This record gives sequence, C-alpha cells and structure tokens, in this order.
Amino acid sequence: MSLIELEYTDVAELRGPLAVVRGVSGVGWDEFAVIRPASGGVRHGLVLEADRDLAVVQVLEGTAGMAPGGSRVTFTGSPLRVPVGPGWLGRVCGGRGQPLDGGPAVSGTLTAPVNGLALNPTRRMPPAEPVLTGVSAIDLLTTLVRGQKIALFSSAGLPHLELAAQIAAQAHAAGEPFSVVFAAMGLTHADAAAVRDTLETRSAAGELVLLLNLADDPVIERLLTPRIALTVAEHLAFSMGRHVLVVMADMTSYCEALREVSAVRGEIPARRAYPGYLYSDLACLYERCGRVRGLPGSLTLLPVLTMPAGDVTHPVPDLTGYITEGQIVLSPEIPGYPPIDPLASLSRLMRGGVGAGRTRPEHMDLAAQLLAALARARQAGELAELVGASALSLADRRYLDFAAAFTRELADQRGDETRSLEETFRRAWCVVSVLPRRELTMLGREALDAGYRPAGAGGEGQPSADGEEP
Amino acid sequence: MAVVTRVNGPLVEVDGMAGASMFELVDAGGVPGEIVALKGAHATVQAYEYTGGLAPGRPVERMGVPLSARLGPHLLGGIFDGLLRPLDGAGVWLDPRAARTREGRTWRFTPLAEPGQTIAPGTPVGTVEGAGAVPYLVLAPGGTVSSIRPPGAYPADAPVATVGGHRVTMVWHWPVRRALPHRERLGEQVPLITGQRVVDLLLPVRKGGTVAVPGGFGTGKTVLLQQIAKWCDADVVVYIGCGERGNEMADVVAALAELTDPRTGGRLSERTVVIANTSNMPMMAREASVYTGITVAEHFRDMGYDAVVIADSTSRWAEARREFASRGGALPAEEGYPADLASALAAFYERAGRVTTLGGRTGSVTIIGAVSPPGGDLTEPVTTHTQRFVRTLWSLERDLAYARHYPAVSWAGSFSRDGDALARWHARHGRDGWSATRARVASLLGEADRLAALAELVGTGTLPARERVILLGGRLLREGFLQQSSLSPVDAYCSPGRTAALAVRVLETIDECLALTERGVPVGEIEERDFSPVLRAKEAP
Repeated sequence: MSLIELEYTDVAELRGPLAVVRGVSGVGWDEFAVIRPASGGVRHGLVLEADRDLAVVQVLEGTAGMAPGGSRVTFTGSPLRVPVGPGWLGRVCGGRGQPLDGGPAVSGTLTAPVNGLALNPTRRMPPAEPVLTGVSAIDLLTTLVRGQKIALFSSAGLPHLELAAQIAAQAHAAGEPFSVVFAAMGLTHADAAAVRDTLETRSAAGELVLLLNLADDPVIERLLTPRIALTVAEHLAFSMGRHVLVVMADMTSYCEALREVSAVRGEIPARRAYPGYLYSDLACLYERCGRVRGLPGSLTLLPVLTMPAGDVTHPVPDLTGYITEGQIVLSPEIPGYPPIDPLASLSRLMRGGVGAGRTRPEHMDLAAQLLAALARARQAGELAELVGASALSLADRRYLDFAAAFTRELADQRGDETRSLEETFRRAWCVVSVLPRRELTMLGREALDAGYRPAGAGGEGQPSADGEEP
Repeated sequence: MAVVTRVNGPLVEVDGMAGASMFELVDAGGVPGEIVALKGAHATVQAYEYTGGLAPGRPVERMGVPLSARLGPHLLGGIFDGLLRPLDGAGVWLDPRAARTREGRTWRFTPLAEPGQTIAPGTPVGTVEGAGAVPYLVLAPGGTVSSIRPPGAYPADAPVATVGGHRVTMVWHWPVRRALPHRERLGEQVPLITGQRVVDLLLPVRKGGTVAVPGGFGTGKTVLLQQIAKWCDADVVVYIGCGERGNEMADVVAALAELTDPRTGGRLSERTVVIANTSNMPMMAREASVYTGITVAEHFRDMGYDAVVIADSTSRWAEARREFASRGGALPAEEGYPADLASALAAFYERAGRVTTLGGRTGSVTIIGAVSPPGGDLTEPVTTHTQRFVRTLWSLERDLAYARHYPAVSWAGSFSRDGDALARWHARHGRDGWSATRARVASLLGEADRLAALAELVGTGTLPARERVILLGGRLLREGFLQQSSLSPVDAYCSPGRTAALAVRVLETIDECLALTERGVPVGEIEERDFSPVLRAKEAP
C-alpha cells in the first residue's frame, strides 16, 4: 500500500454493478478499491479492467444509490487480502466476511490474498483416507476422500441443502482435528436458518466458519464469498494442520452473478450467455482443495448446485463436473431420503480413500458389485414397465428384488441419523445376499466366504464350481 | 519506450512496440507474455502469468525471441509447466513473481563422432547416459566436426562439439509453434500396442497416428489416457495435463514413479515427460502447453524414438484460445470460438507422423488428444472438427460408464481407419487369426446391440433361441473381454497374444451355447449356466 492514498472523484459512468473511474494513474488490474458514495456508507470493489487512465470497478455492494459525481474512490495498491487464522472458527459472517454474530470484525496477524496462489502440482499428494459422513449411500458408494472435490448436483425442490448440512454436521476424519467452512451464496433466509440450526453443535464446538450471502444480499458480493471461504480454509488446513471440509452452496447463484457482470461488460457470451471463462473461474475455486506433501492437513471441497430444470448439460453442472473429482447426484426419481442416484454418482478418487486399513478390505469390490447389480436392475425395471414383470426372466426378477432391498435397507436414512461404517457394511452385505452367489462376479472368494449371507437356507451359497464349463 | 496501456485479465496491450515481431516474447512489468497481434507500434500480448496489480504505464521489455522450448537431457522423468519451466524445484505455492530455478547439474557425455568427420544434419555426435529410460542423443546440424569433447561430465549448456562452425551443446532451443523438420513421412503401418483390449483389437492406432478421445465428464477419459501412458509400447511419453485437475496430475506422477517399465526394468516415469498446466494455473500458458509438448515429442522422434503425446484435454486449449479471442474483441465463429479453430486443430494433429528423420533414423510422434464436449454434446465445434482430422476415434459413452463398463469406449460410435492395415501387421507377426477374430467380435457386438434394442420393445422372452444366445454372447463379450480393470495388477495390461486368446475363448463359449440350442437344450437353461470361469479368465495370471 502506498503511503499517500490518492482519492479519485471522477466516476464517469455507472452501469449495473460497474463504476468507471476516470483520471486514475498507476491503478493495476484486480486491485481492491474502497468507494465512499456521496449518499454515505462505504462500498468495496475490484478492478476488472485498467485502460490508460480509466479503471472499471466492480462494486460488490452494487451501485444502487450512487451518483457519478460525489463518489470518492481510493485504491489499495494490491489485490484484496483477508485476515486468516483460528479467529474465524465459531464465527458467523456475511458474504464479505463482515461479522453477523454481534462479535468484532475477524482479525488476525496474518493476511492472505483471496485469489490464492496455484498449488504446485508436483507438491500435491494424491488424496487418500476417507472423510466419513455417516450417510450410507455416500460412505459406501461415493466415498469422500481427504483433499478431493466432489460436487452435489441437485434440482429445485430436492433436499440438497438438508443433505449438505447433514454432511457438514456429521463429517469427521477419524479423530483428527476437523473443521467445516460453509459458504452460502444466494440462500433464502429460511434455508440459511435451517442450515444454521443443523450446524449449531458444530459451531458451538468451534469447528465451523459460516459465511452467509443471502438471496437479498448484494449479488456481486457472492463472487467474493467462496474466495474468502477458501482462503480461510487453506490456512486452517495447510498452516494449522486441520482437515477442512468446505461446503459451497449454491454455485448456480455464484455463476449467475458472474454472468451478470459479464453481460454488463458486453463480453462475447459462450453457452447460455455464461462467459467463456466460466470453466477457468470455477477451476480457480475448485482446484484450491488438496493435500500437500509434508504438511498434515487437507482441504476437501463439496460444491452444491441446483441444475436449472434438472439439466445436467447446463453449463454450471457440466463445467463443474469436468473439474470436480466426481459428483453426488440427487434425483426426483429416487424414493426416500437422501434421494441419491447411485448410478449417476461417482467418486473418482474413492480407491485412494477406501480399502484395507482405511475402511474395509472389500470396500471397492462391494461398491462395484452393488452398482453393477443396480445397473442391471434398472434395465430389468425398464423392461418390466414395457412388457410386464411376468415376462422377465427369473434372473431379472431377482435383480428387481435386489433393488428394492437396496433402497429399503441401505439407501434410506433419516436426516439426523449418523451410521457407523460397520452398520453400513452390515446392511450392504445383507443387500447383495439377495442375489445368488454366482452372480457376484466382482467380489473375491474370500470376501464372499466372509460376508455372503443369503436369507434363509436357500442353498445358493455354495462356492462357484471351477470345472463347470458351459 | 514501450509501456502497458491496458490490462484485462491475461490480455495486455502495449504501446511503443515498433519493430517487434509476431510471437515475440516480452516482459510486461514483470509478467512474461507473447505478442499475438501488432498494429503499428501497438501490440497485443497474451500474458503467461496472473496480471493482478499490473497497471497501465508500466514498462515493457522485448526479449527478441519467440516462445521456445529448451530441449535437453533434463526432460525425461521431469515435470514442467506449460512453458517447460521445471516444477520440481519450485515452491509449494507457485508465486508468479518467483524465478524458477534451473538445474545446475552435469551430465555424462560420450562422443559418437570423430573430429574431421563430416555428418548430415540431425546426426548424433554423442550420447548422454542417465538421462531417462532411453539414451539421450546429442543431435548436431550438418557439417564437418572440427572439435569434440572427450567422455566426461559437462553442464547441459556447455559446448561438447563444434560442427560446421556451430557450437553444439546438449541443449537445443526450438520455437514451439513451428514443427521440427524431418526428411519424409513413412507409409508402412505399425501398431501402437496399448495393452487395452478394446483398443488393440477393435479400434487400433498406428505409430505416428492420431486419436481423439471425446467423452463427457465421468466417462473415464483420464483413466483410459493414464492407462495408455503407462502401458503403450512407446519409447517416450509426453503427458500434457492441459487445464485439468491437479490431483490427477499428482496421481499420474505418483503412479508412473511406482510402476516398473516391463521393457527396460526401470521406472515408467523415466520414459515420461509430464507437462502440468492444471486448470487453476495461468490460462495462456495452457494455450502454449500443447505446443511445447509436441515439440518435446518431435525432439525425441528426431533421435529415432517412438514418442506418444497425450493431451488432456484439447478442449481446454481451445477454450483458452476462445477466451483470449473474446477479450481481444475478435468476431466469434461457432459457439464463440475464433474462426481459426479448425485450422489450428488440423495443424496440431498434422504434427503427428512416422518419419525418416534428418539424420536418417525412423521415429514417430503419435497424438492422443482428449476432447471434453460440453454437456457430452458430440456436435460441438471442438469435437466435430477434431473428428475430421484424426485417424482413430475412441468415443466414450456415458451409458457404459454408468454401468461401470470401463473402458467406456463405444464400439458402435468409434472408428479406426487403420484397422485392416494393422490386422495385416499382426498376421505378419504370427497372429493369423487376428483379422477373423476382430471381424467376428465386431459383428457379434453389432448384432447383440440390434437385438437388445428389439428386446426392449418385445421382451427377451419372445425372441427365438438363437437370438437369445446372441444377446447372451454380447454380454459375455462385454464382461469377459471388453471390460478391463485399470486397478487389477493382472488385467491392467493385456498383451496382443492374450487379447486374442481371451477373445477366442469367449467366442468358443458362444459357439458352444449356439450348438446347445441346436441340439434342443432350452435357452433358459443355457442362460442360467455359470459363466464365471470365462468371465473371470481375464483375471487369471
């Protein structure tokens, strides 16, 4: 920051969230600005373009009530930095980090740039070890791995916020220090209140940072909220050695704010009028998760987004899916809670997080077997709708029974129910045992001998014979 | 004096650049960049680092050279950013202002030429040991060798010979946007063995060929490419992580460092050059990374090696070009992409080929480019244009991936224009039945697909016995042959001989079932048989 702070008063143009300041000198791109409108108060902004003596400033609080004359603008000389440190834990703040809980402003001896720095890919450690959520369908089939980013895809009307809050409330790292940073963007007051309610215990324990930008808060402020959340989380993870889960909901609202700025600037739109740099912008957020060689903590990221009209090819879920290492998809077709579609969901890094010494030795095979059987059951179900269940082969009917058992015994769970890993596996073996043993080609013989428990004494449990060639 | 006039993200405009040339490197107030447009003394620069804090009025310095790759013995086993700056020595966080250290080590040089000898351009004058899985050859321009150093350890930049008046070092600088020259392209077709059954049998690629791999997210594109990076029978693999995930790069680097190369006994990482420009690293360096990658591959081709370039993903490269064009105000063509998208893609894939090098050796560059179509839409511009320029297409299908059928390569939606020629190569190398097996597998899969569509309408039960056995056969081929586990130590790599044997075994099982129906055995009984021995055969060591 320069010693003499120059103040500019020539705001030449106001357009949507943008203010064009004239006559500036030495103002750099992406610099942070403080604006004092004649109407009073203080607003904040970022330089989106520096063109000779013009600076285009994006005003986080919006330009409502500002007039071209009379506004005073100062530039801080560098991109925005925020204080970082343990002072954030247990706090409830607004979308720019301003306190909402009646406490003092969060301060710290250290600050960090909100945009972060790129983590050297050679210093990354592949994600390993699970983050257990206590939700069977996630822990068993789409396990969260420390350092992973995995998105929660949902549609309007589905309980994605309930599930995200449940995960945030229940998640743990097997006794190691764990924190949650929850960044809310464009949430309604009712939703935010429900989230706060679910997370109350965690907040009281000093394990939670809550940043709230609500639906009636300034739209452009939303562009900053996830960046502050990630900057705070990076410090908790990589300087303080905690395992941090960052939940960002709703990313669709974030992207709409980005589109709004892009449209006002007259940029050439790409798909659905979102800017062409949406992928890179999202990547700069999502890529901030990970583990670092030689450092103890981890940063796991769970962006939550609603797919407009349930369309997975919409740019926001599509580009998110290309960046995240998997997705948990909620679907209105799935009965019960949580309505996770196991076939559409995938945790790409799962094999690094599960298995012997982490969860259970047969975890990967059991999950693959459940999914393959569900895929077959779905085909059989579609066929049954066309031709009637009676026209199905015996094998197909068994798969339909399997799918019913899966929903009843395993997937269905209460919103406040934490299931231990043991409980989840007990239920999973119960479900696969609905199928004849010879159908379970993805499970090893040893695992089957230990876990396969057909109901009753149907005689299906005999080991598959080696010599039985067709 | 040249000064910055405008900064808009990676786009920097500069005044006072009279005399500068296109693609020349500049230093704009501490940020490296490349000139991409000139109008009088006004230049448009694409910046290779974050431009935060860069203000109009800052001085700009011209470097006088185009963006060049530093090609040398440090490449194999190394990890670099999009501009080929080593990442191994950089800090945990990539500070754009921090200088990247260069290695100060020496290399063991052994001369191959004698003073007084006259050599053709591209002839090696020496080798370097310990620079990766293959000997690194020090290539020289043509002329008479006037001096050459004795065997010993030298820094990479120190002269080891003088040829035709040129000082020759172990390092070679080449502008990345120009192809390294070669003598001629070769017509003979040799397969690149990937160890992936569906690829090697049904959709093969030749050395010097081009492959596009389109697939929506979650279809297993990266896993398939990593499998090929691990197991294909190339001498050198250049893996370009172009705007993709950091964790994936960490994963591929860790996996390559652990795995043993079955041919040399060394680590697979020693034959690999990794260019990591993850999606959160500066975007315009991503644009450059595919060119630096292919230049590295051409360099090893010129030493007489078979090099494979794996670019994941070319869509991110195209998007970087689109974003820059948009910031510069260029008129958009399809979906906002600049009008030169198709020609840029064609020029990139055209740098593949199996050639006679200037020095008279045979080498090849094979390009395998991932395409990430938005929304899985295969009619989008990058996918459609890429398909026009490649010899082989491995189209990944979401339905297969949802059913956990990996690799999720669609046998119906993909093509290989070299399949027959490469089948003849297999026949010449002792695998007589290759072509027939290939044809039978393809036709059975096609028929099973057709019958499955029919069965969806009328129910399986109403089909005649033979048709039901074909449906069963399709399932056996998918599960017992096409599906291949990248995680299994036995199945991750499948040799051509084993591929053929597994296919034949499944085909024999299908023939037995067909024979049973002809003898009047009820088809329901056949379907209930235990096929696990044939389905598990691929897992048997």
